[in-house]
Amino acid sequence: MTRLDTFRETMRRDRVFDFVLDERLPSVDVSHGVLLYVEGLSVSFDGFKALTNLNLYVDDGELRCLIGANGAGKTTLMDVITGKTRPDEGVVYFGQTHNLLNKSEADIAELGVGRKFQKPTVFEALTVFENLELALRMDKGIVANLFYKLRSDQADLIAGVIDTIGLHTQIFQQAGALSHGQKQWLEIGMLLVSEPRLLLVDEPVAGMTAQETESTAELLTGLAGKRTVIVVEHDMAFVRSISREVTVLHQGSVLAEGSMDEVQNNPDVIEVYLGEAP
Amino acid sequence: MSDTGILPELGRPGFLRSMLRSKGGNTFLVLLFVGTLLAAMGNLLVPPDSALYVDTYTITLLGKYLSFALLAMAVDVVWGYCGILSLGHGAFFALGGYGMGMYLMRQIGDRGVYGNPELPDFMVFLNWSELPWFWYGFDQFWFAAIMIMLVPGFLAFVFGWLAFRSRVTGVYLSIMTQALTYALMLAFFRNEMGFGGNNGLTDFKELMGFDLQADTTRVALLVCTALTLGAAYLLSQFILSSKYGRVIEAIRDGESRVRFVGYKTETYKVWLFVYSAVLAALAGALYVPQVGIINPGEFSPLNSIEIVVWVAIGGRGLLYGAILGALLVNFAKTQFTGILPEAWLFALGALFVIVTVFLPKGVVGLLSMRTRSRNKPSPDLMEARE
Repeated sequence: MTRLDTFRETMRRDRVFDFVLDERLPSVDVSHGVLLYVEGLSVSFDGFKALTNLNLYVDDGELRCLIGANGAGKTTLMDVITGKTRPDEGVVYFGQTHNLLNKSEADIAELGVGRKFQKPTVFEALTVFENLELALRMDKGIVANLFYKLRSDQADLIAGVIDTIGLHTQIFQQAGALSHGQKQWLEIGMLLVSEPRLLLVDEPVAGMTAQETESTAELLTGLAGKRTVIVVEHDMAFVRSISREVTVLHQGSVLAEGSMDEVQNNPDVIEVYLGEAP
Repeated sequence: MSDTGILPELGRPGFLRSMLRSKGGNTFLVLLFVGTLLAAMGNLLVPPDSALYVDTYTITLLGKYLSFALLAMAVDVVWGYCGILSLGHGAFFALGGYGMGMYLMRQIGDRGVYGNPELPDFMVFLNWSELPWFWYGFDQFWFAAIMIMLVPGFLAFVFGWLAFRSRVTGVYLSIMTQALTYALMLAFFRNEMGFGGNNGLTDFKELMGFDLQADTTRVALLVCTALTLGAAYLLSQFILSSKYGRVIEAIRDGESRVRFVGYKTETYKVWLFVYSAVLAALAGALYVPQVGIINPGEFSPLNSIEIVVWVAIGGRGLLYGAILGALLVNFAKTQFTGILPEAWLFALGALFVIVTVFLPKGVVGLLSMRTRSRNKPSPDLMEARE
């Protein structure tokens, strides 16, 4: 290789030097294989017990489904993990070292906990591209954002995510003009570009067509292993299609845990659901 | 990966490009420049008996309008872009004005009625024997200039930090800003405060050695105001078109969601609020030497509400919309109060209602109805979407 080639290789346009990269994910200690510890969690709102002594352990790289009737505490659990709600009792640890209960929403998100809401919440006044750009994993400080310019690796990441979520033609459209299903996809896309360690996904397939549901299932199972995913879903067919491990919540605590078949044959679960397949 | 070709072009534009990106904004800058130049030449170069002569009264009026335009822009930065409806920006404006007023008072020196070289007239009148500590340094222009920005900025920081950190939004925040300006008004009315009480600060003679009554000084003040407005416009344009500005808009549309993406929204809001307060203070500092007086009436809650009306009429969410609104309403006010003074408030109210009902995007919305513009959902006055 001539010197010129070496030079060209070094100065390749799409090359990103290490020193311009942001600090990567804060280290999360998962030496015991468990990413999320939830122990003895209780939350009550004006006397109503939303969660009672809930225990949940999620392994690193796992895809876990949470199911349960309305009011079982699924969304409250997500709220506690992401810092929106403070529990009355209990502990929530992210890895061995990070206590999530004394952190703000922004800090928890920075640690690598991403959340997709039940109702799609995208920034309607911004374009699809700007929505994704906002969600990028990067320095979230003011000065960094004031002088921010998109780096080529981030552009690649966004382009890749746009491929995944299939919003090519809408990229410069305002997110408010998207259909419900497209908003769902955009929000999933925002999760993907933020490269979270743990994804909390609340009812991802609500409002999606059968085909979209299938590709969501594919996407989520593809993510498991690389990332840890917790899915809350009512659609049992969907849960069955993606999940290895299911946790059933009932009245604020864990009723049963296991594979879908185990859970469906669990007498407690059958009793709670009056014999109805959960 | 496919389709990456187009994306690298999408990085935020650089400093200069971002500042000159908005087409309406460029038109505004050109108009501002040409208008100020013509007015200045019309006053200084054209003989007074010519039809083209611009009298000094008009020059001062224009300068006053432009400082109001800067104030309106300051409100638009927080309200139109971040959804923080501040009904207390008059407080920052007045504080900036008082800073300038204190400097101008010290400039009077021994030419006051009582001829005391150290103390302003009102202090002599109150039998004070020495200058209060907070008046020290205001005989130096540089010190006054720093204080004009620092004091309102600091107040905005403390207020914003307390309010935003406690997650006060919507109507509650608006009421608190009203209370802030009202409290300051009551405080400044008191003689013991040391700011001239009811009468405020007036009888100014000179600014940096230039006679305030001279035509050239008046023109220079107009030019300074225009330059400050232009510079503030460009800086705001840069800030709001950066990724910081995107975050600010996202906060307006869903603050809690922005938190879950990992941005500390409180910090973002506080600094935007401080920036806006400093702009308002600069507007106040430019206003005072042109009108020749500053009194606690400037803190009146009504004034702050009027600013919001200017912005709404011009079109919030666009910087030149706010500027246009301030110019239009104040021009109308000058005309109207000349003819039917007692009817002005009714006219203003009617204008506000008409604009809110028929032109939710203000006058600018009317102008740009045909041209395809980035249409932004207007932040609801009283609603904080969670």
